[in-house]
Amino acid sequence: MMQAPDIGGMIFAHTADAHALELPFVGHVALPQWAPVRVGRLAIDLSPTRHVVFLLVAAFLVWLTMWLTGRALERQRAQGSGAPRGVASMIEAMVLFVRNDVAIANIGHKGAKFAPYILTLFWLILYCNLLGLLPFGATATGNLAVTGALALTALVTIEVSGMVALGPKGYAKTIVFVPPGTTGVTAVLLTLIMIPVELIGKIVKPFALMLRLFANMTAGHFVILSLMGMIFIFGHLAFFRWAIAGGSVAFMLFMYALELLVALLQAYIFALLVSVFIGLMQHEH
Amino acid sequence: MFMVQEAVTAAEVAKNTNALLGAGIGLGLAIIGAGLGIGRIGGQAVEAIARQPEASADIRGAMILTAALIEGATLAALVFALLFKIL
Repeated sequence: MMQAPDIGGMIFAHTADAHALELPFVGHVALPQWAPVRVGRLAIDLSPTRHVVFLLVAAFLVWLTMWLTGRALERQRAQGSGAPRGVASMIEAMVLFVRNDVAIANIGHKGAKFAPYILTLFWLILYCNLLGLLPFGATATGNLAVTGALALTALVTIEVSGMVALGPKGYAKTIVFVPPGTTGVTAVLLTLIMIPVELIGKIVKPFALMLRLFANMTAGHFVILSLMGMIFIFGHLAFFRWAIAGGSVAFMLFMYALELLVALLQAYIFALLVSVFIGLMQHEH
Repeated sequence: MFMVQEAVTAAEVAKNTNALLGAGIGLGLAIIGAGLGIGRIGGQAVEAIARQPEASADIRGAMILTAALIEGATLAALVFALLFKIL
């Protein structure tokens, strides 16, 4: 009897991080493993993994896109050719959309200051998501450490910008919140109850950002790989395997098209939610 | 590509099966809730756009934002269900 295929193992091997790259023609390429850096009793492994490599590739692509677009726009402006043309025009439209309709619309008049940060998030996440959809690619955003680091930058930005905008007294009010219309013992009691709630609220926002991006990217790959696994699970059927393979491939194509949309949507949602959270802190009174 | 299944005792298999069944039921419940929520958002947004087509850009933005918040809670359930498979 044929050994049952281990679809779960295949799926996890594809989505999990590893100290190796899968390259076309070359095959399995092991990445160097360095000795862990010791900080006190902590051993930190800084050797590159698949997701680190793809994160760096995404960062390089973001830089390349912006550099080429900026150069093309400069050249077109020097020629005095009016509206921008070609791919540069497309990139400019996307940048302007994120700057005006995501950052400035949600943060307010100070939004232009945060636009570079929001744009960096948007483009880095977009490129990471799209690189994961390429053959031999790995989704760096399908790693909790990567999305956690992105969410951490969001947490620091939200809180520090809030401290700067509101001042120490105004910022303290976002933690020690006295419910309006209460006096005496009720006010003290309610405030004491609300302090942990407010603190948890501050942590939960970036935590949800982290989980949302990670789970979205991982779930999409899981669905595609599970559909692929169906072909192997039903491989022993005499006739139906052809029908199942055809159906699986059709569904995989559909899911892949959906994943392209999700890659764009998740980058947009991450940028949008960070803008909304920054805006909430700016206008807290 | 396909790893050979390790030999496990019957008790472990039963425990894993129950854990996976629980994860599956919980995930299904979370998806039902998300489906209801996102369905309502979508329906109401389409209704609002039909009533006031000139506000469709604002409505679409609010719709995506709210759907993303619901999706976040649902995907948290998915991640915890995934933990049952890994642990």
